Amino acid sequence: MSTAGFVSARALGLAGCEACGLVVRLPAAGGVDHCPRCGERLHSRRPASIERSWALAITALVLYVPANLLPVMTTNTPLGAVSDTIMQGVVELWSPTSWPLAIVVFVASVTIPLGKLIALAYLLLTVQRGSVRSNAQRVRLYRLLRFIGRWSMLDVFVDTFVVALIQLRPLMWVEPGAGVIFFAGVVVVTMLAVNSFDPRLIWDLPQQERHGDG
Amino acid sequence: MAPAGRPATTGAAVADAAVADRGLVACPDCDLLQRLPLVPLRQTARCARCRAPLWRHKPDSLERTLALALAAAILLLIANVVPMLGLSVAGREAFTTVVGGVVAMWREGSQVVAMLVLFAAVIAPAVEIACLLLVVLAVRRPPAPHWVATLLHGYEFVREWSMIEIMLLGVLVALIKIAELATVIPGLALFVLGSLVFLLAAMAATFDPRLAWERIEWAAGSDQGGGARALR
Repeated sequence: MSTAGFVSARALGLAGCEACGLVVRLPAAGGVDHCPRCGERLHSRRPASIERSWALAITALVLYVPANLLPVMTTNTPLGAVSDTIMQGVVELWSPTSWPLAIVVFVASVTIPLGKLIALAYLLLTVQRGSVRSNAQRVRLYRLLRFIGRWSMLDVFVDTFVVALIQLRPLMWVEPGAGVIFFAGVVVVTMLAVNSFDPRLIWDLPQQERHGDG
Repeated sequence: MAPAGRPATTGAAVADAAVADRGLVACPDCDLLQRLPLVPLRQTARCARCRAPLWRHKPDSLERTLALALAAAILLLIANVVPMLGLSVAGREAFTTVVGGVVAMWREGSQVVAMLVLFAAVIAPAVEIACLLLVVLAVRRPPAPHWVATLLHGYEFVREWSMIEIMLLGVLVALIKIAELATVIPGLALFVLGSLVFLLAAMAATFDPRLAWERIEWAAGSDQGGGARALR
């Protein structure tokens, strides 16, 4: 979609407050200003949006490795202990009756975090290259990321309640594995990474971007 | 669907008047400056460029939000005191609540995860409901004092981290995982939480933040009406 004919608030020295929506004139000299209505800090674009998003996305990618390789829970019985990673948990859930839930867990725990990182990297790269193509699709992708990201937390809740219920020592008890912490970290950090990304950057023309203000 | 706002025309003259004009909005997703059109009841004004929803005209927003928030507060209280899941195996029974899950996780050595679950499943929903309840009560008599703005900020921040619906799905999966090992007894809290998911969704859908912001005293003095402060 072309951006011709449309005027952004920034082009007129204005900014919509991200908290309350009030349209405010930014100080001409630059620098920090606060919304006169709600008191939140005002910025035309979120400061260091691209750098923060990249840093958090890379952190999430690093955490993603132990999150999937380390066990998320260990089941203890008098016969010994069995440890499960996230993927093994999905496989165990796969049965003639509960396979739909296995798919849900797989999508929430494996597909969404990884897909989110790939999609975010795509958004960041296209913004950095000053792309002006398929803006409408890219902003829709951003909204999708914000909407589905939280659902990755599913496996953290599953582990918590399995651990809470199966405490029948010495018959059988379940302990959380080290993988849960890393996995929870992946979910939180990817959510923060998407929140740091400023979708308004998608619509900025390349020459405007070089000014880079806060 | 209502027709989207006209894009503002170019020129400094428009910009100077713009800020005083409270009908002017900058799209949060694409920064397009536009004027909100007259929106019929129960319809949404969308951004002319990126189709982001800008404002929805909600009937009796504050009254309805108050009712839903009150109901949600009561349900959240019940959901956290009655048992959620029970387990019966070899003649032994064990029950747990939401907080019971957190405590078990804490004791078994995952304190960080325990705190995250406590925050997402108990604290964040409680803060979400409490903030919104106080906000809709306070803005009934405008101008509401400025501390209400802090509550409204808190509500907006915590909403994303309030994950009751995800926890409920997690409990369901846990239940099926356990079902092959022992008999699972669903508790009252499970049904209360199920209703709470719908109440929270309705509460968020009914609340009109734009209306609430208009009724809150400004941070920069008590200038409610004029755009003079915004213009400076």
